[in-house]
Amino acid sequence: MTSTPDVRVAAALPAATAPRRRRRAEDSAGPLTYVVLTVTALLFLFPFYYSLVAASHSPSDLYDGTPPLLPGPQIFENMRLALEQADLVAALGRSLVVSLAVTATTVFFCTLAGFAFAKSRFRGRNALFGITVATLTIPPTLSIIPLYVVMTRLGLVNNLMSVILPGAVTAFGVFFMRQFISQALPDELVEAARVDGASMHRTVFAIVFPLARPGMAVLGILSFMAAWNDFLWPFIVVRQSPTIQVAVAGIGAGYTPDISVILAGTVLATVPLLVVTAIFGRQIVGGITAGAVKG
Amino acid sequence: MAAHAPTTTPAEPAGAGHPPTRTPPDEVARRSRREGRAYRRAPYVYIAPFFLLFGAFGLFPLVYTVWISFQEYRLGGGDPEFVGWDNYVWLFGSPSFYNSLWKTLTIGLISTVPQLLMALGLAHLLNMNMRVRAFFRVSMIVPYATSLVAATLVFASIFANTPGGLMNVVLGMVGIDPINWTNGNWTAQIAIATIVTWHWTGYNALIYLAGMQSIPKDLYEAASIDGAGRFRQFLHVTVPGLRPTILFTIVLSTIGATQLFTEPFLFGNGAEGGALGQYQVLTLYMYNIGFEIGRLGRAAAIACVTLIIVIALVLLNTGLAFLRTRDKSQPLLRRRRGASSKKVSR
Repeated sequence: MTSTPDVRVAAALPAATAPRRRRRAEDSAGPLTYVVLTVTALLFLFPFYYSLVAASHSPSDLYDGTPPLLPGPQIFENMRLALEQADLVAALGRSLVVSLAVTATTVFFCTLAGFAFAKSRFRGRNALFGITVATLTIPPTLSIIPLYVVMTRLGLVNNLMSVILPGAVTAFGVFFMRQFISQALPDELVEAARVDGASMHRTVFAIVFPLARPGMAVLGILSFMAAWNDFLWPFIVVRQSPTIQVAVAGIGAGYTPDISVILAGTVLATVPLLVVTAIFGRQIVGGITAGAVKG
Repeated sequence: MAAHAPTTTPAEPAGAGHPPTRTPPDEVARRSRREGRAYRRAPYVYIAPFFLLFGAFGLFPLVYTVWISFQEYRLGGGDPEFVGWDNYVWLFGSPSFYNSLWKTLTIGLISTVPQLLMALGLAHLLNMNMRVRAFFRVSMIVPYATSLVAATLVFASIFANTPGGLMNVVLGMVGIDPINWTNGNWTAQIAIATIVTWHWTGYNALIYLAGMQSIPKDLYEAASIDGAGRFRQFLHVTVPGLRPTILFTIVLSTIGATQLFTEPFLFGNGAEGGALGQYQVLTLYMYNIGFEIGRLGRAAAIACVTLIIVIALVLLNTGLAFLRTRDKSQPLLRRRRGASSKKVSR
């Protein structure tokens, strides 16, 4: 629950595949627009650059009053120190396991449930879907106390399952896939499969999964990012075997927190995500913008 | 965790591998009856994993919070003991609770308001026809895609009080004395709000952009025939047209603000929220009481009160927006519906 994509994304995607609406005649951007957008983009990117710069200098360089603005020679040394102070390689591995498991189960279960809500009529459908949507507005952070008690009772504290299970399926994902499937999958196709004698399960595997793939991809990316970036819940429940965010946060908790070493750790933790963003940036933007609440 | 799926799956391979033409009639009838049953049952099978897992780890904890909030329940020690309203009595007598309530509100306001205003402006610019549009749009989500842990640690070093703290050095260049970002009351809150704003502005801009693209262009044409300039068009066509989207982002930012944890926690590295509690927000307070002091019952009471506040705020926001919509923009809305009846899907 704590590792679902942010609820903002959840409700932002009511009609992920809504047909593109007619767009108003666009003004052409003047030079000022370019300037403002470029400055904004630089501001958005600057912290990454600065963390790289700061991570590549010795700590004393950062204390003396003239912060460096160009990369220095010490990045690998600082990364080595970061790896030494926190077992970041193991933490990266754990984060990868958690994120991949959460992504796989979320995409699978949410697609099934989304398909059921989108294409079949069954008793209680509207009520059950209503419950699903209503839970989107509940702040998951507020459930961490009982969730911790539950995990203690299940004996799963400091076990990665305690992070995977609450993230294994999300109301957001069900909602998202329902919207996607009701738009991307014509009713006739499902009916035709039934007339041809295909079982429901066969329909799902032969028709739904292939056609829902773009939606599943977007949900997968968002789930992966959310699981990778989650902090509070893993911090509470797997402190002994931390995920990467917890481990990085832990570097600074030592008695001599060296900014450059901490930032070398954040660089290590962020690079995988930047790669994902660079590769899938358009899909992510598409997922967010395609159907945000429209009047 | 998927173990229950196969066991409850009725007759999975039955429908596969069927030679439809040569099946005897009674066999067809039996199969169709069986498949009819399977078809009726299948939806439940498909939603079952969601409701089982989500029920166990999403919905149940929510209800369980209420139960725990009426117990004396210590971390790692003994069985819970029913204490009635004691935890709530303690909470409402706690000065730290009122402090964290207030800080949640102030940090929420100074992060949400600038964030949404900037997002609106950015969305307007992103909506223009330009080169490298895709680049600008992707650059909007880079902060959103990164982790709050990394962002907070970087910003904490930028706002550091050491002589090399970048923010103070930059301010020094324009002649402003160094500011004690971490220890000041408002300055620490501003620094934290900056992290929040950095993280969410681009994201909200994309949501507004999506909303803008659904505003019918006839409205802009009509406005420009009436002699409205670009700015007036923005004010009188774009903003009213975006009203539902704006409400939506306000509601979600409100919920987000009550959940603020990582930024204040890592900014000062501790659950006290600064030496004076100057940025001890509600979630931080809940964490502190629950997991550092070990009083889970009291922490659950904080969670319950916070949830009630969230619900009240959401209702308030929605109610206000509803009133405003009824008062002011009725003619415009009607005109808009008329102009684009086929596009008003909901």
